[in-house]
Amino acid sequence: MNIALLLEMAAEAAPDRVGLVCDGKRWTYGDLLAAARGAFELVEQSGAQYVALLDESSEAAVIALFGASLAGVPYCPLNYRLADADLSALLARIAPALVIGDEERVMRIAGDQGHTVLSREEFALKAQELVPEADDRVYDPGEGVAVQLFTSGTTAAPKAAILRHSNLLGYILGTVEFAAADEADAALVVVPPYHIAGISALMSSIYAGRRIVMLPSFEPEAWLRLVDEERVSNAFVVPTMLTRIIAAMDNGTPAHVASLRAIAYGGGKMPREIIERALQLFPDSGFTNAYGLTETSSTVALLGPDDHRAALASDDPKVRARLGSLGQALPTVEIEIRDEDGKVLPPGEAGEIYVRGEQVSGEYKEKSALTADGWFPTRDAGYIDEDGYIFLSGRADDVIVRGGENISPGEIEDVLLTHPAIADACACAVPSIEWGEAIGLALVTREGEAEPDHDELKALIRGRLRSSRLPDKIVFVSELPYNEMGKLLRREVKKILAD
Amino acid sequence: MKPGTRLKSAADDTEVMVIRCADGTIECGGAPMGEAKPETPAPLAADFSAGTLMGKRYVDAAGQYELLCVKPGKGSLSVDGVALVTKDAKPLPASD
Repeated sequence: MNIALLLEMAAEAAPDRVGLVCDGKRWTYGDLLAAARGAFELVEQSGAQYVALLDESSEAAVIALFGASLAGVPYCPLNYRLADADLSALLARIAPALVIGDEERVMRIAGDQGHTVLSREEFALKAQELVPEADDRVYDPGEGVAVQLFTSGTTAAPKAAILRHSNLLGYILGTVEFAAADEADAALVVVPPYHIAGISALMSSIYAGRRIVMLPSFEPEAWLRLVDEERVSNAFVVPTMLTRIIAAMDNGTPAHVASLRAIAYGGGKMPREIIERALQLFPDSGFTNAYGLTETSSTVALLGPDDHRAALASDDPKVRARLGSLGQALPTVEIEIRDEDGKVLPPGEAGEIYVRGEQVSGEYKEKSALTADGWFPTRDAGYIDEDGYIFLSGRADDVIVRGGENISPGEIEDVLLTHPAIADACACAVPSIEWGEAIGLALVTREGEAEPDHDELKALIRGRLRSSRLPDKIVFVSELPYNEMGKLLRREVKKILAD
Repeated sequence: MKPGTRLKSAADDTEVMVIRCADGTIECGGAPMGEAKPETPAPLAADFSAGTLMGKRYVDAAGQYELLCVKPGKGSLSVDGVALVTKDAKPLPASD
């Protein structure tokens, strides 16, 4: 079964209902399906093995996702915030592709890789023009890979996480009632198209018949304006966005948010102060913390609206603490905690979070990360309490999650070590209200050298990496802590930076 | 018969996608379903004319069969003469 079925059914049931609003343009489900079929023709003509999107959200993301699935090639949206060298390497891994979006940049950094490159507008236009007259096309049955997302981590090369039609359909059919949305409902999609939540939001909204209202680039004032103008009923944000929305509201930006029945968040740590303030500013909204990963087709656990309100109102510390939890596993998946040897741990004991279910892929192009019995190790450290509430206790693999973005300490440390006065460097997560986690550096100066100036170090990082890699805190130490095996004790460095 | 097959009713407009199946005969309106519609429609059995709803999933008691209705009709679904029942999605409190 192909994920395109979701759009086909929506178009069959309500061809003239508006399914997507973006930059003032309205697309019906009928329009979207026709364009997806036109995009299928484009893919066939180009001989592309992938459909890539290098762009902010727009109707092109929907047309590309379903056009790719009809053609049986993976849809692979790319992170436009990556540096040229990194992006070029990823483009090389998916060549030849039909690449939609930043034409100029793709031609400049990957012009010799054999891609077919179209701007967003050209793609949408051609897709609409190429609608076949007779419906005798043979579309892909959907037995393979629907989506490929490159994830970042501590290793040098990003991994290609793959999600099969069966994983995505398992998630959508299991959690969305077809056409259950009210015609007035609208979902504001603002997470980037290369984030798994941005992709599953499209699918669940289309299958539910809930109009998607896209905000290509997040700005708190624009978000609030769109909520009002389109009477948005559902929204998903990453914690940093909610922080900025609250700041805008507290600063007097007009906000008419009564239509917002449901606000979901995920992708990073939600600071307690922010969710508590949000619960006050949006008294009529149900809040949901959604925990999931790219490899699990997004949400596998959640803390629902009732739990949020109960935690805020409760005197019982155990109930209050739940506001900081990931909630409970979805009924369609299983979650357990295992120790380093793979043994399942009882409630209260911390280990690694494992998950199993139809929606869980855990597959990468190169290999599968699933255990023999089909469980996926998330690399998140945590524990489950006796009531089934899951709590994170840090990340098992040192990745810093800043504003929903995974940052590898290694790449920052490597850059710092190129400075002649730096002998040793360690980058760690430090708590941040704005970002959830921010970057802290512990540095050791080379003997005989003077401590480099913070601005100089920041300029070095900015020149080689990008602005999201800049540290919020820098401390100099006489030496970094290592164990007898020569392993850097990052947990100890975190304590030093926390002081 | 395998998952991913699209079946059409011989007796009414119902069409389903097979999500899961075993070796029995999948029927709608009392008549076996197939990948193509027959030249002459089969009669709609009174016992199996409760109707199907688009987007609903239909399952048997043992959990061996799961069908997604992609086109509704007047007939109702069964396997080897035993009626299937609907399986509800478990909606999340908020969309992604």
